[in-house]
Amino acid sequence: MLLVLILIPLLAALCVPVLPKKHVYGAAMLGTLGALALGVFMFAFNGIDWLAITGDAYTDRVSWMPRIGLQLSVGVDQVSGALVLLSLLLGPITVACSKTAITERVRTYYGWLLVLQSAMIGVFVARDVVMFYIAFEFTLIPMFVLISIFGGSNRKAAAIKFFLYTFTGSVIALAGLLYVAWYYATKISPPSVGGAGTWTFDLETLKSAARQMPAEQQWWVFLALMLGFAVKVPLFPLHTWLPLAHTEAPTAGSVVLAGVLLKLGTYAIYAIAVPMSPGAAVAFAPVVAVLAIIGFVLIGLVCWVQTDVKKLVAYSSVAHLGVCVLGLFALNPTGLKGGLLYMINHGLSTGALFLLIGMIYERFHTRNMNELGGLARRMPVWASFMVFFAMASVGLPGLNGFVSEFMCLLGAWQAGGTAWAGLPGGTPGVLGPAYVLIAAVGMVVGAMYTLMMVGKVVFGPLKTPEDEHGHGGGHGGGPGGGHDDPHGHSKLPRDLSAREIGTLLPLAALCLLLGLYPKPLLQAFDHSAQKTHQLVVEAMKQRAAAAGATAAAGTAGTAAGKLEGSGTAGGGADQ
Amino acid sequence: MLDKISSLWPEICLFSVTCVVMLVGLSSSLRVRKLCSPLAALGLLTAGFLVVTTEASGTSLLPNMPSYGKLLTCGVGLLLLLLLSGLPDRRYEAMVATGRTRFSALRTVRAEYYAFFLFSLTGLMLCAGATNLIWLFLALELTSLPTYVMVALSSQRERSLEAGVKYFFLGAMGAAVFLFGFALIYGGTGTVDIDQIAYAIRGQAQDGGINTITLAGMLLALLGLCFKIAAVPMHFYTPDVYQGAASPVTAMLAFVPKAAGFFAITLLLAALGWGDLTGHGALPSPIGEVLTVIAVLTMTIGNVLAVLQTSVKRVLAYSSIAHSGYMLVALVAGPGGSGNDSITNGVAAVMLYLLAYGVANVAAFSVLSTLERAAPDGTTDESDDFADIRGLRKRAPGLAWVMVLAALGLMGFPPLLGFFAKLPLFASGLAGGHVLLVVILALNSAIAAFYYLRLVSVTLLESPDGAGRAESFAMTPFANRTLAGYIAATVIVGAPLVPLIDEAYDATRVAQWGGVYNAAGAAPSPRPRPTPGVGEQTVEEPEAEVVPSVR
Repeated sequence: MLLVLILIPLLAALCVPVLPKKHVYGAAMLGTLGALALGVFMFAFNGIDWLAITGDAYTDRVSWMPRIGLQLSVGVDQVSGALVLLSLLLGPITVACSKTAITERVRTYYGWLLVLQSAMIGVFVARDVVMFYIAFEFTLIPMFVLISIFGGSNRKAAAIKFFLYTFTGSVIALAGLLYVAWYYATKISPPSVGGAGTWTFDLETLKSAARQMPAEQQWWVFLALMLGFAVKVPLFPLHTWLPLAHTEAPTAGSVVLAGVLLKLGTYAIYAIAVPMSPGAAVAFAPVVAVLAIIGFVLIGLVCWVQTDVKKLVAYSSVAHLGVCVLGLFALNPTGLKGGLLYMINHGLSTGALFLLIGMIYERFHTRNMNELGGLARRMPVWASFMVFFAMASVGLPGLNGFVSEFMCLLGAWQAGGTAWAGLPGGTPGVLGPAYVLIAAVGMVVGAMYTLMMVGKVVFGPLKTPEDEHGHGGGHGGGPGGGHDDPHGHSKLPRDLSAREIGTLLPLAALCLLLGLYPKPLLQAFDHSAQKTHQLVVEAMKQRAAAAGATAAAGTAGTAAGKLEGSGTAGGGADQ
Repeated sequence: MLDKISSLWPEICLFSVTCVVMLVGLSSSLRVRKLCSPLAALGLLTAGFLVVTTEASGTSLLPNMPSYGKLLTCGVGLLLLLLLSGLPDRRYEAMVATGRTRFSALRTVRAEYYAFFLFSLTGLMLCAGATNLIWLFLALELTSLPTYVMVALSSQRERSLEAGVKYFFLGAMGAAVFLFGFALIYGGTGTVDIDQIAYAIRGQAQDGGINTITLAGMLLALLGLCFKIAAVPMHFYTPDVYQGAASPVTAMLAFVPKAAGFFAITLLLAALGWGDLTGHGALPSPIGEVLTVIAVLTMTIGNVLAVLQTSVKRVLAYSSIAHSGYMLVALVAGPGGSGNDSITNGVAAVMLYLLAYGVANVAAFSVLSTLERAAPDGTTDESDDFADIRGLRKRAPGLAWVMVLAALGLMGFPPLLGFFAKLPLFASGLAGGHVLLVVILALNSAIAAFYYLRLVSVTLLESPDGAGRAESFAMTPFANRTLAGYIAATVIVGAPLVPLIDEAYDATRVAQWGGVYNAAGAAPSPRPRPTPGVGEQTVEEPEAEVVPSVR
């Protein structure tokens, strides 16, 4: 059934090149809506109790290249299910938001958009590392085409940079994955006739195989995997491709990039890198956390000085995913669940922000904050959505961003060493309050730049590039959808059309829902997060056992120090 | 003797067709002359059919390699033929057709062209089936000698002649080096039969170390063969010769001698053995170290220099150097144990990679050879620069997509065949314990992605520049044919036809890997159809000492 889900957009993509131009949009819509409908049916109405199941649902295996152990193996658990739903939801939205923006080469555009949809679903449902890798890599080609043909003025450089960064990273990740597969075949699997072991790429098998590696090898595997996945996230020093790609991509490209493609990185870290080498994850957690926090704070400051709205939101993605990674590397259930929820939330709110910016760009052909201002007078509907999603992105309580950001930070706070294990809510871990305190600065910075952007663009005196053409006048507002602006050069109404509102509404509803009542989703994630946490705890126990008594004493000392430090820090936070 | 001949039916068939083609091409009737390429195609098809139906016999080290190698030759040979078929005598025939000159059998090169092409392929087939060093040497030369002439004949321009001369002299030097190596191997082991050599080396290894003369011979032979596969340090000719020859011939140069070289290297390394008796382990010192260094240098130099080029042909030339480096990684790693038919079998990985590389590379050159531009002297010239293929999508979408597929295939991008061929290279390297080598391979793949992506973006994304070069392009008359062939080939050979890959893997399986090795201690393992000659000799002299004797 999951294979069908992958095939629907792919089939639509195959139909697109032979259809007459005017039907292409409809076909793309049909393909994505069909996939969404099937997805909703599979995940909501097919009688699977997502809160109860412990393994994968909808598992399916098709032997593919038995000689070298390849198979098409799919399945979803709660985490990948939620992410599949997110990408399915964004599917029709990206199609809809391109209706007026893309008028040339529509076949190429929608065809690749649909292929991208399939590839993304493929990544989340793959239960075979080679299939995972194929899907992971294959997201590059559609995105490359979308950016480089339909992007802005600097699109070529952006597309090439995007491709090369990600490709380089993932080749190294592939080497890491193959190393694990080889380890399984030679060291663990029962030898077959020829003397060599059975060679498999089954994800579950390889995860447990990797955990049996000696610590040092686990470290290398972890580093190789992280290198590949961190580029995609992107983690701080590897993020430089992202602002460029985002800025140059067409609106739908940005939405998919922010909404789903970046999540491929965090998902892969959560579902592959950490379970394969929990010991190494613990060992490297401080390093990764520091990078994530640097990303959060420093890139936040970078956002502050942007004048291009889209670039600002693009940089803010780097910052936000820093929090997400921080939560994941807290490695306790709270942090993990927070990180997972953050993936969904970021997809919704940032995706919506890119949509909103795309709408502005379509109308005014600029994204420069110095040329825009006071749009609330001209486009009240747009402005309300903008404020809403900006608040969701900042983390206003009651909206979705708050819940996940809070959980990420809480998780990191609680993961304060063994001494914290006894405290209520405290779990063994290697981060601690110190990390959170610095990260909290990032939250303030985040609020600053987002509010600055909203203030400049939405409020204040009306300012648009069209002013000199006599299109000013802040009164009247938009009557809503449907009516064409008689003075406009484009077919677009002054305020949002029904189609545009239709793309935003589901996202807004979900933001609100997840902000007020995230419990079902969190419960669904609970099992997976607990399982990962158990792996980490076991790894830490092993490590502690290996380290011996002296080292244990040292750890206790550090933990005590941390406790002390956090006391004062806590006081600081209260002020 | 007879059994050897009976295993050579495909070669014999191809050779006979070659002789016919040579005569047909001289006919004064255009219609008869035009039969050359259909005849050649027929010959290749028949040869391929014969490979499938008759029993090939090679060394007992790699009993399955000949049939796979011969099939590969026929398959890629057909693709190359499609590409070549418009080339020879194109201008001359045009002049004859317009009555500007009369046909003269002395001036036409059509016959020579097809004949040399088929001779070269025959040589490649013989390489794959070689069982002794003299045979191997002759086969290698039969592969190479025609290509020297083809390079020189390929276009009317001086640079083709220059390339031909350069290629010939350096090729002769390479041949001299590996011939000297073969001689030393004979001196060190006392035999030219590859099975016997393997056996003798096994004996020497057990008696306290492989003979220095044998090792020196191996080293020289491998260095000489580096010329054929365009590996460092014998790679210098590659860009110049590839650029100088006409694109269809370049496509052939990039595949045929390289495949021959890899068949030969594989045979030699198999004789040398990867460590212990089962073929599981490392190459003996210093061969392993030298090959490792060669592999690293080859892929790194090839890739780094490819990034710097402005000529597409030179990019592809350097990339073909880099691909040799990748394949050497798998050969350094070796087959990884007897009967190993899993993904870690390095020898099988090389065989599969040859197919993937051959198809993608021929496809890339096909695009170049179907385009031409106006030369400064008023005639047309073949396309070469990045500027020539800039914005190709707007002028010839089909060709542009072939180029894109070819570049992605060479890059090893999933789910194209290149990926499924590169996967075993990685895996075999890891399995052989060469983690660092695999990391270098991964990094090199990333460097390579840069210039392959450049090919993709130039053809697909940029618009033709108005500098005047773009307008002067025209598709050559034979474009459509090759185009159809290549679209089919590049797409079909991708992931959808995975069973095909599986078959290829099966064919290259080094099933009886331990055959000769085991003979030292125990009975030889069964072979599909033991040929009396080779098989018995191995058994007859279980304790054979190193006695130089002419058999």
